[in-house]
Amino acid sequence: MNKEVLVIGGGPAGIECANSLISLGYKVFIVEKCSEPGGHLRKWDRLFPYGVSASDTLDKLLQKSGKAIFFYDTEVQTINQVDEKFVITLSDDTQLHVSSIVVATGFTLFPAAKKEEYGYGIYNGVITNADLEDGFKTHKKELFKANRVGFVHCVGSRDEKVCNRHCSKVCCVTAVKQACEYKDLNPDAEVYCFYMDLRMFGRGYEDLYLKAQNKYGIRFIRGRVSEVAEDVNGCLVVKAEDTLTSRPLKVTLDLLVLMSGMSKNDDNDKIADMLGIKTEEDGFLSLPEPTLNNCQTVTDGVFLAGSVTGPKTLPETLNEARAAALSVHKYLSR
Amino acid sequence: MILNGKKKIWSEYQKDIPEDHYFYVRSCIRQNFFPASEKLFLEVVRDRLSLDFFETEHHTTCGGIAYHSDTIPQETVMTIVARQFALMTEAGYKNYVASCITSFGLYTEILDTWHHFPELESKIRDYLWKTTKREFQKPEYLAHASDVVYKLRNKIADQAKYKLVNKENGEPLKVVEHIGCHYSKMFPSKGVGGAEYPYVLTGMIEAWGGEIVDYPERRHCCGFGFRQYLVQANRGYSLSNTHKKFESMAPFKPDMIITNCPGCPYFLDRWQYVIKEMEGTTYGQDGNGIPVFTYEEVAGLVLGYDPWYLGLQMHQTPVEPLLDKIGIRYNKEEKYLL
Repeated sequence: MNKEVLVIGGGPAGIECANSLISLGYKVFIVEKCSEPGGHLRKWDRLFPYGVSASDTLDKLLQKSGKAIFFYDTEVQTINQVDEKFVITLSDDTQLHVSSIVVATGFTLFPAAKKEEYGYGIYNGVITNADLEDGFKTHKKELFKANRVGFVHCVGSRDEKVCNRHCSKVCCVTAVKQACEYKDLNPDAEVYCFYMDLRMFGRGYEDLYLKAQNKYGIRFIRGRVSEVAEDVNGCLVVKAEDTLTSRPLKVTLDLLVLMSGMSKNDDNDKIADMLGIKTEEDGFLSLPEPTLNNCQTVTDGVFLAGSVTGPKTLPETLNEARAAALSVHKYLSR
Repeated sequence: MILNGKKKIWSEYQKDIPEDHYFYVRSCIRQNFFPASEKLFLEVVRDRLSLDFFETEHHTTCGGIAYHSDTIPQETVMTIVARQFALMTEAGYKNYVASCITSFGLYTEILDTWHHFPELESKIRDYLWKTTKREFQKPEYLAHASDVVYKLRNKIADQAKYKLVNKENGEPLKVVEHIGCHYSKMFPSKGVGGAEYPYVLTGMIEAWGGEIVDYPERRHCCGFGFRQYLVQANRGYSLSNTHKKFESMAPFKPDMIITNCPGCPYFLDRWQYVIKEMEGTTYGQDGNGIPVFTYEEVAGLVLGYDPWYLGLQMHQTPVEPLLDKIGIRYNKEEKYLL
């Protein structure tokens, strides 16, 4: 078998997996459907919980990937298995012959407009976490003039109504991070977080949550937002429930940030079909042994890395990418 | 507000509404509240547009008010509805159109329930046969009458004598639309435009020259809410619902309200009088109330029907200031003569 491996997806998982494979002596092809590497990380400004720069992090990952061969604006069209090799045809008609495949196609950010009652795409003051992060990154000053700001947790996650029962895992701490950053840029702003429960599971998360309350005075309201509308002045009228006081509440805000969660990658079904693997009820790719081997699929030579199997933090994604590389190495060294 | 965002949602909730050949069923209460609405609907579709809409005197209540008031079991209401479908089948029709929003919601709910629980449908067929010796086909298409008027809105506009514009300055009238809860809140895909930003009435208003007002409590209940009103002790709650809506819409200075439900126009109309008596507050311009109409009445006005023929003298909130604003001619002396 040759020592050539295909990595599908040029986000953090794909890049880090390629880095590890290169260090183990493999030739790696990365197929990326966008025109640049980095996935969602490229669009982010700072990372929780410590505020590390996202672009510095991506640059460091890419520094080690110099030997990887990237195909940008390209998708996998067909995969045929011949004996123990995979013959890949790309959308630009390139053919690759590889011995192993790592799927690292990540997630799709939940399209917030699907939660129609929140008014994304309808009311000017309603944006998403990704829009706000872009505002931080590109210094959109007008975005930080709002005096009353709300963050809505769990948009498109833990929500049966949009067929996403799963927890998106990173949104709670992202909201807390973004709320603090907003207060840094506009200390006079009143900031509210509407949450179901705060899942501060990682190291440093609880500290950030405490800081958000003690230092920044962010108001955390346990309850979901039910609907959003505009008043005659164009301000947002937000209705929610405060489940700690058991009362409905209505608050007028200038800006509402929807914490869109991680949903299955829209291409998962197509990829699963090509590789003979399955998806779970939540649409993420299936792992036959999720506890003992979180990279292995039912198809020999095909491995998974990162949030293609479910929502993950960036450190978890990178660890899984390294584990996938080792799994490839073990498979090809057998 | 980003209109294109709404248009995108509207495009996702469109219905393929047949234009012709319907079995029409009236509402229990609309003829008392707004006596000309159903008569006008039939006049417009039959006489003005030459369409085939059949109705029968054998039609009864659908049982919806009792069902939503928790006074009859679900199987009873299903058997009543099965009988209505049998009447449609016997008359040779496949498209069923309900005048009442609660009936429409109930039919939709029952058809969906039967889809998921076919054994229940079999049981109801058995009940109907045992009690009436009738059999039925389910409708191929179920519409609310406002769906049909929405479908025909441009044909109505083609024959319009008046537009929903201020005759003094040519500005479109500001119109509040209020959708009955049972139209699309239970099954968003069954309503034109969905549940959050319904388009069925908005489409009519746009076609007839008006402009829709989007105000914060647009989605809120009119105040009827069945037990909010039907249980006497709850009537303060009913009134407070309506009060909340008017307080919310008032800053937008709407000229009129259009509805597609039996209860909504009644409560939005009548409670304005009560609020005026209790608090001295009116929400329209120049100390007047905001007139409330059914969509058939608005269609009748733009088509040039006499306001008193449309039964507008039965409204609690006077409609004359609005008629004057549009430039609709009417005889004050004849208001109560018909």
